[in-house]
Amino acid sequence: MTDTAKIIVGENPSDLAKDLAVAAAFTRKHAIASIYHAGSGHPGGAMSSADILACLFGAEMNFWPDQIHDPQRDRFVLSKGHGAPALYAIAAHHGFCGIKDSLRLRKLNSPFQGHPHVLDLPWVETSTGSLGQGISVALGMAMGLKLQKNPARVYTLLGDGELQEGEVWEAAMCAAHHRLDNLCAIIDYNKLQSDNSNEVIMRLEPLAAKFRAFDWAVAEVDGHDIVELLSAFRRASATHGRPAVVIAHTIKGKGVPYMENIPTWHGSVKLTREQAEDALAALGADGSEIRELLDHGQ
Amino acid sequence: MASDAPALIATSGDSLREAFGKALSALADEFPKVVVLDADIAGGTGVHHFRKSHPERFLQFGIAEQNMMAAAGGLAAVGHIPIVTTFAVFCLRAIEQARLSLCYARRNAKIVASHPGIDVGPDGGSAQALEDLAAFRAIPGMTVISPADPLEMAQATRAILEFDGPVYMRTGRSPARRLFGEDHVFKIGKGNILRDGCDVTIVACGVEVARAMDAAELLAGEGISARVVNMATIKPIDAELLARCAEETGAIVTAEDHNIFGGLGGAVAESLVSTRPCPVEFVGLQDTFGASGEPDELADAFGISAPHIAAAARRAITRKAAQ
Repeated sequence: MTDTAKIIVGENPSDLAKDLAVAAAFTRKHAIASIYHAGSGHPGGAMSSADILACLFGAEMNFWPDQIHDPQRDRFVLSKGHGAPALYAIAAHHGFCGIKDSLRLRKLNSPFQGHPHVLDLPWVETSTGSLGQGISVALGMAMGLKLQKNPARVYTLLGDGELQEGEVWEAAMCAAHHRLDNLCAIIDYNKLQSDNSNEVIMRLEPLAAKFRAFDWAVAEVDGHDIVELLSAFRRASATHGRPAVVIAHTIKGKGVPYMENIPTWHGSVKLTREQAEDALAALGADGSEIRELLDHGQ
Repeated sequence: MASDAPALIATSGDSLREAFGKALSALADEFPKVVVLDADIAGGTGVHHFRKSHPERFLQFGIAEQNMMAAAGGLAAVGHIPIVTTFAVFCLRAIEQARLSLCYARRNAKIVASHPGIDVGPDGGSAQALEDLAAFRAIPGMTVISPADPLEMAQATRAILEFDGPVYMRTGRSPARRLFGEDHVFKIGKGNILRDGCDVTIVACGVEVARAMDAAELLAGEGISARVVNMATIKPIDAELLARCAEETGAIVTAEDHNIFGGLGGAVAESLVSTRPCPVEFVGLQDTFGASGEPDELADAFGISAPHIAAAARRAITRKAAQ
């Protein structure tokens, strides 16, 4: 992958990869802290999507805090709206919002609702939280941008359980029909959903073949490998005449050993102080960072 | 700014859907942000006119209304004014998309629903939406409109394009009688008195306005003076006009091609109980589904024809007298 990485990130590939790894770690720690303070939330999917979000916000997308009203900005839609804590965290990392403000998750009078709301946060592109709708909204944006000959791209992150919504496949058919090559969907494929595994609840496989059959350009990557993710996003951007999907194989709860691959941590769950401390320690936080996040966060 | 509208409806007796489609096509150059979303029934909803005049802004979604409805939110997010068009029953199918991706996100998007009520006729009960006014009215921030004649439909089409916010508007399938003169002015949120009277007020919307006028004529033959109000905006309802009618006539009848629950009748009753309570009788489908038949046959069979409205008016007047 070294050659690819150089092509992707230019002269200092290791610096960018390092930055993105730091952003991903921050995202996980911040999400854990905000869910702890909230007393509820979805940690499992926030952990699994952190590397994807770090790559999108830190490298792939042309979307920075000084361009939230720029018509040519790339758009991001969190179709899996329950992944909000991770979105707020990566946004805080890049300065879209305050770090301490965004720890006020799910609180009265806080703009950081349990699911993202466009009227609360100016850098959120649309309200999500009902699975299946985000990809359609992203598709509408991509269609409109094409009509306007606007070169901006639209990225949307979906959960794997979300793919059970019929609307996703309506959107998949429509995006291919309209040749929306400015649309990139990413699947956070952690194999688990609210109650159990996809395999038990409703089988998704053969997933890549399904998207190929819908005439999408498909990439399958390790969703925790930054170089693979960036490479897949580059290939998606270079795709002409078809929408692209990056199927990112991930681990639910990634980085927090007691959560990994256990559906209980899909959420919504309440984290005890001990659980939050254990999670943060596993994610590399030292004592003072843990105290900072858990004591002074509110 | 309704001055252009009359020219759009040169064909008298146009259905409301055709009047809408012609108006939209005629207004398209003036509103360059408008895009029209279709789910393979442009011929039925009237937007075949727009498809012909402005093909580059006509977006085909296939028979997939949920995706179409939410995609409208995305189109609005990047600056378009999306007009979602399909049959009223299929709007119900995508109501949660309208709720989240249009209303909750406060998008400037319009849903224009053809084939509402038993006015659908022969397609039968499965195709006749009797719940849409109630359902869409219940969504926070949604404006709900049901014009009555082709002229008003053309004016309302302009009005919803000028209005910033989500709108649900009913058109209609069957040929619609002209009710308004060229001086009529449609305004969102305003009802208007179409015929004056002092014994009872009939408040109607959509195809029931013409039947309400017929009912007033029947009542006049019996010496009863009925006022007819065209309440083309169901939400926000014209509370001031309703209170005035209750004050001046003391009895109200509502008439709609919709279930009796939650639609125009519900909106009128909710308003009057807090302003000027008076006897109210509801004409609509009595919590039942429709069936196949011609619209007027169905109106007779399901209790929303002019004689039914007149009977409701007599009941309201009797109740008023008993107070």
